[in-house]
Amino acid sequence: MDLLLLAIGAIFVNNILLAQYLGNCPFCGVSKKLSTSVGMGLAVVFVATLASIFTWLAFHYILKPYNMEFIRTLAFILIIAALVQFVEIFLKKQSKTLFNALGIYLPLITTNCAVMGITLLNIKYEFNFIEVVVFSAASASGFTLAIILFAGLRERLFISPVPKAMQGTAIALVTAGIMSMAFLGFTGMVK
Amino acid sequence: MSYKQVLLHGLWKDLPPFRLVLGLCPSLAVTSSIENGMGMGLAVTFVLIFSNMMISMLRNIIPDKVRIACFIVLIATLVVIVEMVMKAFFFPLSQQLGIYIPLIVVNCIILGRAEAFASRNPVLLSMADGLSIGIGFTLSLSLVGSIREILGAGTWFGISLFGSNFEPFEFMIKAPGAFLCLGILLGLMNAYSRKRGESIIQT
Repeated sequence: MDLLLLAIGAIFVNNILLAQYLGNCPFCGVSKKLSTSVGMGLAVVFVATLASIFTWLAFHYILKPYNMEFIRTLAFILIIAALVQFVEIFLKKQSKTLFNALGIYLPLITTNCAVMGITLLNIKYEFNFIEVVVFSAASASGFTLAIILFAGLRERLFISPVPKAMQGTAIALVTAGIMSMAFLGFTGMVK
Repeated sequence: MSYKQVLLHGLWKDLPPFRLVLGLCPSLAVTSSIENGMGMGLAVTFVLIFSNMMISMLRNIIPDKVRIACFIVLIATLVVIVEMVMKAFFFPLSQQLGIYIPLIVVNCIILGRAEAFASRNPVLLSMADGLSIGIGFTLSLSLVGSIREILGAGTWFGISLFGSNFEPFEFMIKAPGAFLCLGILLGLMNAYSRKRGESIIQT
């Protein structure tokens, strides 16, 4: 039950994009079309869950025993970069369809703050292993949910008469603000 | 490009985060007060100047294929330094900024400048570019932070501005306020550029 609450909290209440402001660059960059945002979202779920597991293991079994917590940032970004590269090579070899669907989004993920942010939050909240898996998968799903909803809105915005100065990113940010307001309504659902 | 051009381009022409639309996460997350915004801006400025310097020094040694990985390692080293200095000398600020300090590593502005400028320009010019972009970023974050703090809490640098009768517009320091504030500022900037007939409008 606690795990369920954790998942719902991570998807709706503390949505990584709209409440914690992580991963906004891809949010504005690749959300112009519904299909690309689905691809990006799935790639983030995949990589964030794997990255969380590996960084958590590295933190608790390598950095902590040797008192090297201060090097956390450097270690995590290296693990994420290596993992992304590995996933790319593995997918290319094993699954052509999955690679074609996710391939072009993978290099972008290394510098996606959502992935790095989730791995850092795992350490901050002192989760155990099961909680790490649930929390990271749920947070990344929250990212996917938000980016897909947002892409739907942006496709409509594209054909609506927006004032000239507000076209493009400006109106996208205002729309994101209104969406964030809607997600604020979930506050209080979980403690 | 001359030094003057490089020093000035970060203040209007390529002003982050508005013109470049990179580094949005810290611009939204830590601007709930001007103090946080400025602290974050200065931390990013430090990292930018020195990452540009190191990358420019090593630009002929780093192999082209693995350059992104090399850049990230250099940037991460600087971020670890910033993290430790902040914890030692500015503890309350570092508690406020929390995970957003380690997240400077994945701030796209820094990697963007490394890739677009430092990897193909001499050392001093690259440092000037880092300084210019960094100051632009600090000013933008301070502006957004001021607007949100004044409207959302009725204070500026923690000093009460309107007396006790003022009912703070709390929406502005929550998440939606950040998005709205940034979007409207970007719109105003576009309107001004359009009026002056500049060709650098962000779409």
